[in-house]
Amino acid sequence: MKAGELEILLGNEAIARGLLENGCTMATSYPGTPASEILSSVVEMARENGYRIHTEWSINEKVAFEVALANSYLGLRSAVSMKQVGLNVAADPLMSSAYTGVLGGFLVISADDPGPYSSQTEQDSRFLAMFAKIPVFDPASPRQAKEMIGTAFELSEKYQLPVMLRPTTRVCHARQDVPLGSILELERTPRFQRDPGRWAATPGFRYQLHLQLNEKLKQIGREINIGPRLINPKARAGSATQCVVASGVALAHVYEIMEELELLERIPLFQVLVPYPLNPEFAGELLQDFDQILVVEETYPVIELQLRHQDKIAGRLTGAVPNAGELDPLTIEQSLRRFLGLAPASIPEPKEAKERPPTLCAGCSHRAAFYAIKKAMPKAIYPSDIGCYTLGLNLGAVDTCLCMGACISQAAGFYHGFARSELQMGPPIVVTIGDSTFFHAGIPALINAVQQGARFILVILDNSTTAMTGFQPTPGSGKTADGSPATMFDLFEIVKACGVTFIHEADPYQLPEFIALIKEAAIYCRKPDGSVAVIIAKHACIMDKEALAAQPRIKVEIGEECNGCRICVDQFECPALIYDAEGNRVYIDRLLCIDCGVCLEVCPSEAIKKANKRQTTKTVPKVHKAKK
Amino acid sequence: MLFLVRILSEAALIAGLPVLSSETHGMAQRGGTVISHVKIGPFHSPLIRIGTADLLLVLHPENLELHRHFLRPGGQILVNTKENNGAYHTIDATGLATEIGAPVTANLVLLGYALAKGLLFCREEHIRRSLPRLSNGSRLAVNLKSLELGLNWKAGDKPTSR
Repeated sequence: MKAGELEILLGNEAIARGLLENGCTMATSYPGTPASEILSSVVEMARENGYRIHTEWSINEKVAFEVALANSYLGLRSAVSMKQVGLNVAADPLMSSAYTGVLGGFLVISADDPGPYSSQTEQDSRFLAMFAKIPVFDPASPRQAKEMIGTAFELSEKYQLPVMLRPTTRVCHARQDVPLGSILELERTPRFQRDPGRWAATPGFRYQLHLQLNEKLKQIGREINIGPRLINPKARAGSATQCVVASGVALAHVYEIMEELELLERIPLFQVLVPYPLNPEFAGELLQDFDQILVVEETYPVIELQLRHQDKIAGRLTGAVPNAGELDPLTIEQSLRRFLGLAPASIPEPKEAKERPPTLCAGCSHRAAFYAIKKAMPKAIYPSDIGCYTLGLNLGAVDTCLCMGACISQAAGFYHGFARSELQMGPPIVVTIGDSTFFHAGIPALINAVQQGARFILVILDNSTTAMTGFQPTPGSGKTADGSPATMFDLFEIVKACGVTFIHEADPYQLPEFIALIKEAAIYCRKPDGSVAVIIAKHACIMDKEALAAQPRIKVEIGEECNGCRICVDQFECPALIYDAEGNRVYIDRLLCIDCGVCLEVCPSEAIKKANKRQTTKTVPKVHKAKK
Repeated sequence: MLFLVRILSEAALIAGLPVLSSETHGMAQRGGTVISHVKIGPFHSPLIRIGTADLLLVLHPENLELHRHFLRPGGQILVNTKENNGAYHTIDATGLATEIGAPVTANLVLLGYALAKGLLFCREEHIRRSLPRLSNGSRLAVNLKSLELGLNWKAGDKPTSR
């Protein structure tokens, strides 16, 4: 990858490259779709180019933000990246840092998920930028995301303010040919400038800082080089009374649709590069020159809200553009057509075909844990959390999923809610949380639960990684983002330090023993001196090649005893077990099966058994189910 | 399908053509359907609009009906399947790839056949040159082998029994 060349880059890779081309010395992050590849790309590119940068998979987004922010206090360039709901976790330092400001450029890269495809909300990070009073860039493509980084760093240093870059899924996970610039090692000496009136500002000083902040925003709004752009100047020469204003990927879709419908000659299209603060002169001219303005943006009406005279504006607030869900090209085309008085596009109706739902991998130890939980405690409440294990939903063992680490607090809330009522003893509560999620937000919640006298079973699903987002290391992994060795934190010791006395580690693959342990935990919870019981379900993620190779292979087969009762398919839900309706029996998809052997315990007719050396011939029917 | 997007994007670069593509990630990947869009040319949006695709490459036949509406009138379809109803191009890419012990390279068999049938925007050499940029060693050798399986396969050939 050399300067001057074109390279196919994922949007997140383009952003990483942009950080290195602009002298960033620290990049921190917590994994979250669609942002996860930003930090891993920074690590890889830094290694390839011998570029010195401190990188971190921090324990959570708040910590990641604070670590990176301090680096910018020293006059060095810094960036923190996360997904949009991660920004909620980092909101506390975000809000305060807008007042204190920064010295070295500081980029907050918050990647949104319109839809949402893999998030609890489809909130708009630009709105949080508005709330925090920091400027935000809204790129429309991978190329543009990279281009904006240099401008954003300069703006951040000129006004000594954090600056947000807000890509969305269709930028982060799009690929494009991107021109590479030169990697830049900025020669700056870190220095801490003592200034407690600023860095440690107390409320009285904060008022002064707020006045300064407001002034900065006013000036940034007037910066010409980052102001809105007219895509098609020729259209402005005409007598158009309608125009379209858009930003981000929505702009990309609109641009292409208008090109195809041959509207660019007569309808002006404006791209807003920095949705907040919106250039007031632009807003003024727009409202003066046009009778009707369509605003297309996602996922909140950030630009729209800054345009007054609502009677001229059509957008999310007026229903002209949907106010929920991704703005895909079809949706945008219909909004555009309606606005311009064109007939709606006639689109072939997509078929209601059955989509394959997501499921835990064949051999996943979470499946074994959830199955055991349901068997041991079928009438419990199952608070759960965010990760691959949320798919415990498919086994009926997930009742709640709110936000990172909430399961433990919610379990405590359920317990106290039932306990104060006349019911005295509510239903049992079995919580599931992943190891990375536990480190992220579960520790304070657990301390609180024990301190406040809650009682429930907490199963920490420890597969030693952050699997859902791409197997990033956790504090329990013993290594950092770039693979260097690091302290390995022992979950058992941490749980003990949280005041828990019933702690057991067990491998969920050993189903009968695991089920017995859960029952034992339940008895402990109900004892007069009982409390929170913790079971650490320890089994490495089978997507880890080394871990998979290390575990025993137990080949199973399904014998003639199979009567098609479907318990293995419906309750155990392994994707390698396929029900054949014609033969009314189950067979094993050998491409998916990893020979974990856990299903041996599942069949009530004992039809699933260890395979003999002699192969049975009738296990695979005619129709082949292809691998995922 | 993820890997196919990378190959096609790289091939476009080698052919000197601008490219924009998208893929689905995250929850969708745990066994869920994965859809990728590849656009070659001076496009702005990374998504293919309904009714405009020139080509639909289908790795799992059960997904054909769900995504058929993306195709433009006159667009082509190539499906990885043993069945053949004559309505579109088909090849048992999984079967062929499994025969050489590399079922995960079914997408390359599919790609090879698409090339042979003239369905792609580029020539064989662009795809061949893209592969070493994306894989190496034994992986590359297997990928090339699968590509060639697809290139050389003739409709009517039957794979040997599995």
